[in-house]
Amino acid sequence: MDLIAVAWPYWHQFFFIIFATIAIGFGFGVLLSKNVVRMAFYLVLSLGSTAGLFFLAGAEFVGAMQLMIYVGGTLVLLIFGVMLTAQKDFINMDTHTQDWILATIVGGSLLMVLLFGAFGAEDWRTPQDINDAHVSATKEATPLGLALTGIRVDTLGESTDAVADGKSGYLMPFIIVSFHLLVVLIGAAYMARTKKLSHATDDKSSRAKLMLFKMEHEEEPLEEAKYVVTHKGKSALNPLDPNDED
Amino acid sequence: MADFINNIFGIGDSWVGYLIAALIAAVLILHVVAVGALLFIWMERKISGRIQDRLGPTRVGGKYGWLQTLADGIKLIAKEDITPDLADRFLFKIAPYVGLAASYAAFIALPFADGVVAQHVNTAVFFVLAVLGLEVFSVILAGYASGSKWSLFGAMREAAQVVSYEVPLGMCVVVPVMICGTMNLTTIGNMQAGLFTNWLVFNDPFTFLTAIIYFTCATAGVNRAPFDLAEAESELVAGFHTEYSGLRWSLFFMAEYSSMFVVSALASILFFGGSHGPIPVGQWIGETIGGTWGLNISRIIGVGNLLLKGLIGVTVMMWIRWTFPRLRIDQVMTMCLKYCVPLAALGFIGATTWQYLDLPTANSLVGNPRYEKHEMWTEGVEVTPAADASPASGIPDPEPHQEDKTANADSVTVKTLPVSVVKGGER
Repeated sequence: MDLIAVAWPYWHQFFFIIFATIAIGFGFGVLLSKNVVRMAFYLVLSLGSTAGLFFLAGAEFVGAMQLMIYVGGTLVLLIFGVMLTAQKDFINMDTHTQDWILATIVGGSLLMVLLFGAFGAEDWRTPQDINDAHVSATKEATPLGLALTGIRVDTLGESTDAVADGKSGYLMPFIIVSFHLLVVLIGAAYMARTKKLSHATDDKSSRAKLMLFKMEHEEEPLEEAKYVVTHKGKSALNPLDPNDED
Repeated sequence: MADFINNIFGIGDSWVGYLIAALIAAVLILHVVAVGALLFIWMERKISGRIQDRLGPTRVGGKYGWLQTLADGIKLIAKEDITPDLADRFLFKIAPYVGLAASYAAFIALPFADGVVAQHVNTAVFFVLAVLGLEVFSVILAGYASGSKWSLFGAMREAAQVVSYEVPLGMCVVVPVMICGTMNLTTIGNMQAGLFTNWLVFNDPFTFLTAIIYFTCATAGVNRAPFDLAEAESELVAGFHTEYSGLRWSLFFMAEYSSMFVVSALASILFFGGSHGPIPVGQWIGETIGGTWGLNISRIIGVGNLLLKGLIGVTVMMWIRWTFPRLRIDQVMTMCLKYCVPLAALGFIGATTWQYLDLPTANSLVGNPRYEKHEMWTEGVEVTPAADASPASGIPDPEPHQEDKTANADSVTVKTLPVSVVKGGER
């Protein structure tokens, strides 16, 4: 393993160690912390320094993606964490022993696979080699974008067959994933709706809303509406009051 | 730049050069952030004073009170740093730095002129947006960690607002990226060189619409009035920074002002010609002088142009702040979802159609004045056009009909979807 033990210092190596340390350290922070919001914050720092590793490797697009998707996704997690658990009783999470054991088995086996992969590599390029050879990645997201829209620019020269393997790019998986996400979104919206409608018959406020709605359309006497409004205890004149959603 | 420094000291290919180069870039950006905030806070007070028919600060530093911010800063440093009893101490203390770090990091990929950028990032637009999106972390952490309901309310509003407004913001940013065929801010800026008719905002009516929507969403994204729900002092005391005092409080404002500048500078690069003035005087002077000095002088003029445009953007934001009343939270959401998103979508579809049908742009209507890029401009960044890449590396120009369109901007270096191999200043 010449990954670290070479002539010091090379700046790649220096920043690699900094980012890797931050990522691992805050990864342990996520594990050991009991506060949900702190966990999310440590996760942000860990994922952010992973983005730093991507930038260091010259994969700027992947790095920016990491920031946008993973760190941004954790942001939403954090928002929900704060929103749902801002009370004192829920903010601390105790992990049970069986959870620890299960997590250690799963995480440990994944780590073993990765370590075998890492140590099994025949020939690591040392920082010395990279510095001497002036290797740098192609800082270009255009081939990636083209591949996602169906043109694999890196394999164009290989075959003249239009339907050869690997020539069609990633348009199909891209579309499938897009549609999948769309389905998930619509499904989420639908489920949120359904829940509300199923409670409509037994929930008092929803019934009040229904009555109000009916009243508006059939022009029932006003007294009943007044009763409904006061019964609800708040201004229910607008049946779509945004403050009243479940 | 690292090589340049190494050459000066004669130390070959050493890490010292990289360290010094990185430090110079970092300190220069820090000056933009800190001195910028100093200036902007003074400007805000003067502008608000003038709009409200009063004078604003007049005492510290002479007639115009231009040292007022410094006096404020000294006062803030002298203030006690209070942490509330109920606060989550660690998060409470670290929250202001998160915001400042995020808006500071956005400057890394922001080109101040052709080649004047801390780090050439090929996907700079994406990077800047991703990093700016992180700024909301500091608000949420501050709101949560303060242990106060006002702070929590402010933070939740901010979260809802920023997450919603990122959607139309992203859709607006896609339009210049689509027209230029690159996410590289330097290239997008360079393609708008020449007369001001070549600026993307005047490209077609839809880009004009998109530019306006972008600026609205950016104002909301950096949490400025009339979208400053997170610190609505009539309802929430001071929102997320209610419990903060002293220097930590001022860090929030430094972050706010620097991200205001970032989005304004991004607007000027994406839509308003970047570092190029309305009339290409800087390039003309640079070419007349010629050589490295000419290049550097025109770069300095370019930096001045971009700073001026950013300053104008910030001034407009201040003007808006002191002119319009604050929206309610449901109005903010309505504004985003019912107006900004559909209009941004319309702008995107319209601009795409305009490009596809090859309709005339403003630049072609005034007789297509070109700015021929001189050889020396391609010195630092070497861009090989797609046509030369040939089947060997196998990269064709997938949309050849766009070539003549982009040729207006830049006849030598940039074609649509170029395979640019950026050399120099990278390692």
